Amino acid sequence: MNDEINIQELPTEEILELMQEDLYDGLADEIVAEVKELLKRGLAPYEILSDGLIAGMDAVGDDFRDGILFVPEVLMAAKAMKAGMEVLRPLLAETGVEKTGTVVLGTVKGDIHDIGKNLVGMMLEGAGFEVVDLGTNTSADDFLAAIKEHNAHILGMSALLTTTMTYMRVVIEALKEAGLRERVTVLVGGAPLNDAFAEDIEADAYCRDAAIAVETAKKYMQIRKAE
Amino acid sequence: MNPLEKLLASGAPILLDGAMGTMLMAAGLEQGDPPEEWNVLHPDRIRAIHQSYVDAGSQVILTNSFGGTRFRLEMHNLQDRVYELNKAAAENARAVADAAPRTVVVAGSMGPTGQLFEPMGLLTFEEAKAAFAEQARGLADGGVDVFWVETMSDLDEVRAAVEGARSVSDLPIITTMSFDTHGHTMMGVSPQKAVETLSQLDVIALGANCGTGSDELEKAIEAMRAARPDLLLVAKANAGIPQVERGGNVVYTGTPEVMAQYARDVKALGARLIGACCGSTPEHIKAMAEALEQTG
Repeated sequence: MNDEINIQELPTEEILELMQEDLYDGLADEIVAEVKELLKRGLAPYEILSDGLIAGMDAVGDDFRDGILFVPEVLMAAKAMKAGMEVLRPLLAETGVEKTGTVVLGTVKGDIHDIGKNLVGMMLEGAGFEVVDLGTNTSADDFLAAIKEHNAHILGMSALLTTTMTYMRVVIEALKEAGLRERVTVLVGGAPLNDAFAEDIEADAYCRDAAIAVETAKKYMQIRKAE
Repeated sequence: MNPLEKLLASGAPILLDGAMGTMLMAAGLEQGDPPEEWNVLHPDRIRAIHQSYVDAGSQVILTNSFGGTRFRLEMHNLQDRVYELNKAAAENARAVADAAPRTVVVAGSMGPTGQLFEPMGLLTFEEAKAAFAEQARGLADGGVDVFWVETMSDLDEVRAAVEGARSVSDLPIITTMSFDTHGHTMMGVSPQKAVETLSQLDVIALGANCGTGSDELEKAIEAMRAARPDLLLVAKANAGIPQVERGGNVVYTGTPEVMAQYARDVKALGARLIGACCGSTPEHIKAMAEALEQTG
């Protein structure tokens, strides 16, 4: 859609706005070109991340939460964001930008559904988190090992099936036994879950969708900093 | 004449069955284990569940094959046993249906692959179609009367399932989607859009299943009915919302009374094939059978 727009002629402010639109429309090539153009103009990688990519993904997240966008649009937006991140990531690492926090993420044992989990992962990355994604069919042992290895602040577990969601309790019990429960915030999500379930298995919070997962993760990081 | 067509010819509402997955857990299926393997490991338990639904009044029973595509069986390293497990699933239901004193239809359950289609994911249409064809072949050879494509959220995946099933068999096909996200499927399909698209496919009935509570499902049926009053509609709601009891058992909030009211409501909204999904039990189905009888 931007064939007619020559971004080199646009003021920086307008390129940042255009990035938000292009993210919303899931245009990966455009995002990469815009990120490169802004770098060429000497913008700090962190500014491009926060004022372009993160701001754009916030808008996507809001409309996803409100039922204006659905999974396909959000996945395409997240792909575009990832493409932009590929360019920025090495530069961000060089400049030593502080991460929002570290999240270990996975779909629980017996469950291969990862659409929602992947969305959460991509949107957390978009919000500046380091995400360690363990994929699907993840055992309690694997969750625990990754939490220790990466010093994770947050554990995110996903399940789509009524036959697998109760495995979350198994993981939480394992965390307790390993003395790690106090150290990590446990967020859970998935179609058959709800607040009462999260409370019952003693997770910290249930997140209805990816946008809420990101909001909740940010909130818990703020609480941690305040402590 | 196909036994389902025979039932439909009566003009009366047709009572489906209730949940399989949550019943299997009650029968001892461990968290994360593959339900489909029980078709050969514990055929007696599968048949007992089917029997309990027939006893409760179900006129259609769904096979224990929801996750029976190679994509889902792969997680348990069972991807080479697609045909065998689906055939066994069909045979288990068939045995119960054939022994029943009235016509009981065996529907071959086919659920989503769990994969995303291109360009969002990696799955191609042809791969999906082949996987559903493989599953359908086992179900057909095991003796199902109809293919039942359910809990779908992506229209392309429904089309792949319908075309896959049709490529191996001429049996009737029914398909339902799950409208669990702001009145749409997870992939953003509205009930109107589902009706428009699915009615173009080679299916004899379509509708809604699973999702959240029965209120949301009733809204979907209402919208489908408004879009196309001429179509045969299927309603299969969850028994409320899952909650976990002390000790880890999952219970659903919908009582048999709630589900009886849902059956009356959804019939009034125009659904012809009426059943229940996750969390429901033969007790719920029995209450629904009585409710539908009372309404005539």
